[in-house]
Amino acid sequence: MDLKRRGNQTVVFANPPVILSSYTVVGPKEGEGPLGKTFNKIQKDQINGEKSWEVTESKMLQEAMQGAIDQAGIPKEEIDFMLAGDLLNQLISSNFAARQMALPFIGLYGACSTMALSMAVGSMLIDGGFARHVLIGVSSHHDTAERQFRLPTEQGAQRAMCAQWTVTGAGSLLLGKNGNGPRITSATIGRVLDFDVNDVNNMGAAMAPAVSDTIINHLHDLQRKPQDYDLIASGDLGTVGLALAGEVLKKSGVNMGAQFTDCGVLIYDSSQDVHSGGSGCGCSSVVFSGTIMQRIKAGELKRVLLVGSGALHSATSMLQGESIPGIGHAVVIEA
Amino acid sequence: MENKSMRQPTIVVTPEEYKALTKQYTPKPTIVKNVVRAFIVGGIICSIGQVIINSYVILGMPQLEASAAATATMIFIGAFLTGLGIYDKIGKFGGAGSIVPVTGFANSIVSPAMEFKREGYVLGVGAKLFTVAGPVMVYGISTSIVVGIIFFLLH
Amino acid sequence: MIIPAFIVGGLICVMGQLLMDLTAPNITPAHVLVSFVTGGAILGALGWYEPLIKIGGAGATIPLSGFGYSLSKGAMEAVGERGLLGALSGGVEATAVGIAAAVFFGYLMSMLFNPKG
Repeated sequence: MDLKRRGNQTVVFANPPVILSSYTVVGPKEGEGPLGKTFNKIQKDQINGEKSWEVTESKMLQEAMQGAIDQAGIPKEEIDFMLAGDLLNQLISSNFAARQMALPFIGLYGACSTMALSMAVGSMLIDGGFARHVLIGVSSHHDTAERQFRLPTEQGAQRAMCAQWTVTGAGSLLLGKNGNGPRITSATIGRVLDFDVNDVNNMGAAMAPAVSDTIINHLHDLQRKPQDYDLIASGDLGTVGLALAGEVLKKSGVNMGAQFTDCGVLIYDSSQDVHSGGSGCGCSSVVFSGTIMQRIKAGELKRVLLVGSGALHSATSMLQGESIPGIGHAVVIEA
Repeated sequence: MENKSMRQPTIVVTPEEYKALTKQYTPKPTIVKNVVRAFIVGGIICSIGQVIINSYVILGMPQLEASAAATATMIFIGAFLTGLGIYDKIGKFGGAGSIVPVTGFANSIVSPAMEFKREGYVLGVGAKLFTVAGPVMVYGISTSIVVGIIFFLLH
Repeated sequence: MIIPAFIVGGLICVMGQLLMDLTAPNITPAHVLVSFVTGGAILGALGWYEPLIKIGGAGATIPLSGFGYSLSKGAMEAVGERGLLGALSGGVEATAVGIAAAVFFGYLMSMLFNPKG
């Protein structure tokens, strides 16, 4: 009964689920970035006329999920689960979006790795025969995350050069058992690694060991090489974390090559003053649901490895002097 | 927090090696630039304070009172610029140059209070006013009391 | 008095910048301000802050170390007048204008404006 498991941490789907549709909603800064044209909707400002940033984030998530449903043209009755996650305490953005969606709901927390985690779990539900369709939605919002994890937005403080900028964005995918579109063929669930990084501004460094561990195990379990992929995108290590992961993997005998990149590096350009790049689970969510999906559909990419990376700390654990544990989850998407 | 029970394969890097790598790849703060900016911004803010003191003295206030009134005025300016959304931009440029002066103290009071208005006027604004002001007063006042007691014992 | 204020104030802020850039990575404005108020109070008690104010004027009173200095100076003066009770009342009395202004203006601005994000 162990047919779908490979090696230590990987599952290979017998009937790979199909990504039927994708939809993205982002904030203005993301819209001005190099991927601006790949998003479905760009809000004019951070609050978008709501009474709080938290409400805005929840509405963005809801809009992205509704967008994915509409694009796929699947009746809501055929969607058996909604999987969603965000960065806020008790997953309030997802919970409040789920209140409106009225679908059986599973909330997932993987910090910035939530997109890859949701794709993995959603695929397991479909391939396991527990669902016909699974709706996935993942969001983050710059201002809700900053006030929860760091400082008030109007505080006059300098951001460290290694700091990343939390993306305002929500991305959604609708997965189905049958249909046309890219397929999720396998997934590697990561382990939590902690290499004693305690600088809250250097999340890339906190996550790089876990991402590297997941990549090593993924390649080991499936007997593959990095060159078997057209694109390996971590989400989101930023420039510092990406360089560190490349170095750690090299020391461990894996040479990644030029197809190894990071969603946090792709989403902004250097003129946008974001220092080390984007972060937040909305980052890999909108980069995957936007540009990566479009490039797969256009035939540009045949096989993609998305490695979501999460920094599993809280404001409380930081104040108590705990280091930042990291995790990475990998999913393989094939055209 | 190294986990010795990690099943192989895993990354071949010791925590010490990783620490060195992190140090190598993490961009350093641009200290010289930051220091110059802090000097200029801090200097300008204090000069404005001096101009205000001088003006109050010209208006006939005694020196000590002029100094206290100028501090109150600077707190007002810092709070007002925070409300307008300007002080965080000064802070981004000036770093400690705009944190250490009393205008920065005002910024640290208004920024959390304003941001938590949506959480209500008592537990939002009222409580968050003291996010930074609270610790500052706790340590400032406590130190002054200890100083006073020592001064009392010595005389 | 303006140029000395610029130089002394600038130098005090430079110390704050070095504190932020050279020490622990998780230092926040709150840590800097607490360090300066406490440091100012201690230097004031030792009589080492007074000369800075004589030279720099606002350059030494506007930084938060000046607030610390006023606190401990007030406490010591009040001890001279009223004994041990002065240790409790002196600091707050001497800085009452600043504390009241901070609380009131802070509250006022928080009510008038919304964060821009």
